[in-house]
Amino acid sequence: MNTEATVYRPEALIADDIDAYLDTHQHKSMLRFITCGSVDDGKSTLIGRLLYDSKMIFEDQLAALEADSKTSGTQGENIDFALLVDGLAAEREQGITIDVAYRFFATEKRKFIVADTPGHEQYTRNMVTGASTADLAIILIDARKGVLTQTKRHSYLAHLLGIRNIVLAVNKMDLIDYDQERYEAIVSAYDLFAKSIGISSFTPIPISGLAGDNIASLSDQTPWYAGKTLIDHLETVEIGVTAWRDGPMRMPVQWVNRPNLDFRGFAGQIASGTVKPGDKVRVVPSGKTSIVESIVTFDGDLEEAGAGQSVTLTLADEIDCSRGDVIAAADAPPSAADQFEATIVWMDEQALLPGRAYMLKLGTQMVSATVQPPKYQINVNTMEQVAAKTLELNSIGVAEITTDRRIAFEGYEDADKGGRDLGGFILIDKVSNATVAAGMINFALRRSQNVHWQSVDITREAHAAQKNQRPRLLWFTGLSGSGKSTIANLVEKKLHAMGKHSFLLDGDNVRHGLNKDLGFTDADRVENIRRISEVAKLMTDAGLIVLTAFISPFRAERRMARELMAEGEFIEIFVDTPLQVAEERDVKGLYKKARAGELKNFTGIDSPYEAPESPEIHIDTTKMTAEEAAEYIVEQMLGEWSATI
Amino acid sequence: MNLTHLQRLEAEAIHIMREVVAEAEKPVMLYSVGKDSSVMLHVARKAFYPSPPPFPFLHIASGWDFQALLDHRDRTAKEYGLELLVEHNAEGAASGINPFDTGSSLYSQTMLTDPLKNALTRYGFDAAFGGGRRDEEKARAKERIFSFRSASHRWDPKNQRPELWKLYNARKNKGESIRVFPLSNWTELDIWQYILLENIDIVPLYYSAPRPTVERDGLTIVVDDDRFRLEDGEEVVERSVRFRTLGCYPLTGATESDAADLPAIIQEMLLATGSERQGRAIDKGQGASMEAKKQEGYF
Repeated sequence: MNTEATVYRPEALIADDIDAYLDTHQHKSMLRFITCGSVDDGKSTLIGRLLYDSKMIFEDQLAALEADSKTSGTQGENIDFALLVDGLAAEREQGITIDVAYRFFATEKRKFIVADTPGHEQYTRNMVTGASTADLAIILIDARKGVLTQTKRHSYLAHLLGIRNIVLAVNKMDLIDYDQERYEAIVSAYDLFAKSIGISSFTPIPISGLAGDNIASLSDQTPWYAGKTLIDHLETVEIGVTAWRDGPMRMPVQWVNRPNLDFRGFAGQIASGTVKPGDKVRVVPSGKTSIVESIVTFDGDLEEAGAGQSVTLTLADEIDCSRGDVIAAADAPPSAADQFEATIVWMDEQALLPGRAYMLKLGTQMVSATVQPPKYQINVNTMEQVAAKTLELNSIGVAEITTDRRIAFEGYEDADKGGRDLGGFILIDKVSNATVAAGMINFALRRSQNVHWQSVDITREAHAAQKNQRPRLLWFTGLSGSGKSTIANLVEKKLHAMGKHSFLLDGDNVRHGLNKDLGFTDADRVENIRRISEVAKLMTDAGLIVLTAFISPFRAERRMARELMAEGEFIEIFVDTPLQVAEERDVKGLYKKARAGELKNFTGIDSPYEAPESPEIHIDTTKMTAEEAAEYIVEQMLGEWSATI
Repeated sequence: MNLTHLQRLEAEAIHIMREVVAEAEKPVMLYSVGKDSSVMLHVARKAFYPSPPPFPFLHIASGWDFQALLDHRDRTAKEYGLELLVEHNAEGAASGINPFDTGSSLYSQTMLTDPLKNALTRYGFDAAFGGGRRDEEKARAKERIFSFRSASHRWDPKNQRPELWKLYNARKNKGESIRVFPLSNWTELDIWQYILLENIDIVPLYYSAPRPTVERDGLTIVVDDDRFRLEDGEEVVERSVRFRTLGCYPLTGATESDAADLPAIIQEMLLATGSERQGRAIDKGQGASMEAKKQEGYF
């Protein structure tokens, strides 16, 4: 069937002339690819075959594999290559790969890193992860089944992540007797679909992972096939990072290197283009320009460096530049903006909460960002756009994102302008610190580049000075019926008596007006607090002492409010009343209704309350009356106020 | 100009190290003095040049380390001006734990894993570089480059953060620490090739030389000092041997070899028929044992 002749067998060269072999190996390039398909498509078997054919399996591993094949293999007495690849113990029992695994093999021309990702529907997350670093994707199809829904899903995701080299591996040709007609029917069906989602070209190859047809050597069984073997194709296809050298230079600054007062270098990995000493560069977003003085490395200064290289640049001028900035070609710098449209892949069990502030990491920039309700969600099986209010685990949607400051960026699609490094981002939950989403910037919104802050002559300091006070936001949080409004009201009366200018924003009152369009779902609660925070912020800008009394059950939103305010101006007051006590009081009769199921999403009953971890002031209402609490709060504040008033 | 695979791997490792230094509060590099550690140290010197690596190096000494390894460690630290921290579980040793009488799992837990955890906790390191590679073992193949450990240093393979592009999320929850593997994508051959190319000084034990040896449980053990207890019928024979991997000397198998320089070592490795960890008694046992060890905090 397959002759050994073309299989990579370097032993002879290694044995005869190790120096020649090492010289060859030293000059190899590297290709990263991803395999997409389900266990049934023979994906693990194909990877096992690639490792086996390139002699990446040692005898002890082979012995273990033979033993494993007998106990948990699916190939009877034959070696089950899939077992080589399926890693973690629990997965092996379930018989499926559930995560991303990376495999390595090399041929005469290249070293390969394979991201092995599952085909199971709920694991979109893993495929997107694997595809993010891949130059090429192998889409596996079972020749008996043809183009399936999952084939479309995998192709869509690979294309979405910017992979432009697609191999359609029509596998299990041995099981359809190497039928050329059947093969061609599959290829033309795929072609039709591929064009519809913007895949302009792909490389089809008829293979059998199990039998080895057209993997390392051309098969005698497919004389009608005129293309390359899979390995031959992998060895010769162009690698992205090489092409990116032709674009304009961008280098996100990772770290400022200051060993002594005479040296200040900017360390980073070049995302695109090339740089030489003497090149004029611009620092984005600040826009300051300078000249590259030297490209410093451990191995000596370089004459030139390009995409993919990690270097340290020194500049001719002492300009402001730090981690998060991008050093770019002065005449073709990336833009900076704070509002974008992006395609977002949600990766966390907890769904997107539009309006909540997440951390956004893009390149080496870390900023706070909020996501608007999605414009639409994409059904990855049909590619249809469907309406959505949020994004759940493994769903993909398009939404607008606002960052708290301008960041340097490129459209993800513009890979030659550093789009991979400056257009791809992750979102991080501020409380759990989990990576909850990955996103790709489509474009900046024009309004973000044109809407500027109107500068005003009467500053917030002037407003505050006129009132002879420092603005404060006293943020009361606690369960429904804990006594927030009562205490806040008493505090305001005391402030008023002291001649302070204040305003109390009450939860119930605000819901009659500004927020009457909002309900009590998690997403609406987030938006409720966002609007209140912004209003409170405006009022403190006017110089007021603002008191807010809202349940505000989530730490993330309270933190968002805190971050809007200047250091020391946000005073979190935890009105701590145990649920049982609040429920007994039940001033408004709401607990009774919630228990009876008449009120949904009621905090403490069927919606969580996340207690503050370190509030500025903690009021235990089982130990003091409302009057005592108000007295205590004012006392706590007095010392500080007398110093600033 | 095309970057070679080694240039890409080096650039990636440098990028990872800089990210850690930029985002972690108190990083440390675990320095086992083996070949992977030597490569990691070399890359670290490149990453921060002309500054020295801005973190200390931690060696876990079991008390049964090869003397040549300890000499190499001290020489290297002195030559490059590294801040070297050595951690040893003296209590464990005093209580009689040793590689001869103690089962291998209790031994490695007490003399390697526990002191590692203790040192990380005591110094308050929040990120520790390790030389682990994904090609070493199936469980490693699925581990992230930034791999989180709970306050008790456990790894939860089911709850790893997705890692996209080269965006590493280094934000920790209270008590958590990060293990960072900058050489994740390197293979054993890459390591050797890089050592050759960059002319990196490694422990002489990797090169073949006549050494006093004993055959035990299918392993060829080098008698490194006079604490080695001979069992009935065992005799010390001088053999030309070298090591592919270095652990505690009474537990690490040597291979018979004449390879006395790097090309010969690489040649032998490429023509070899056993994977790297075959010579390590600790890794024997069931396929998933490494995963179980990692969950417990083994690096």
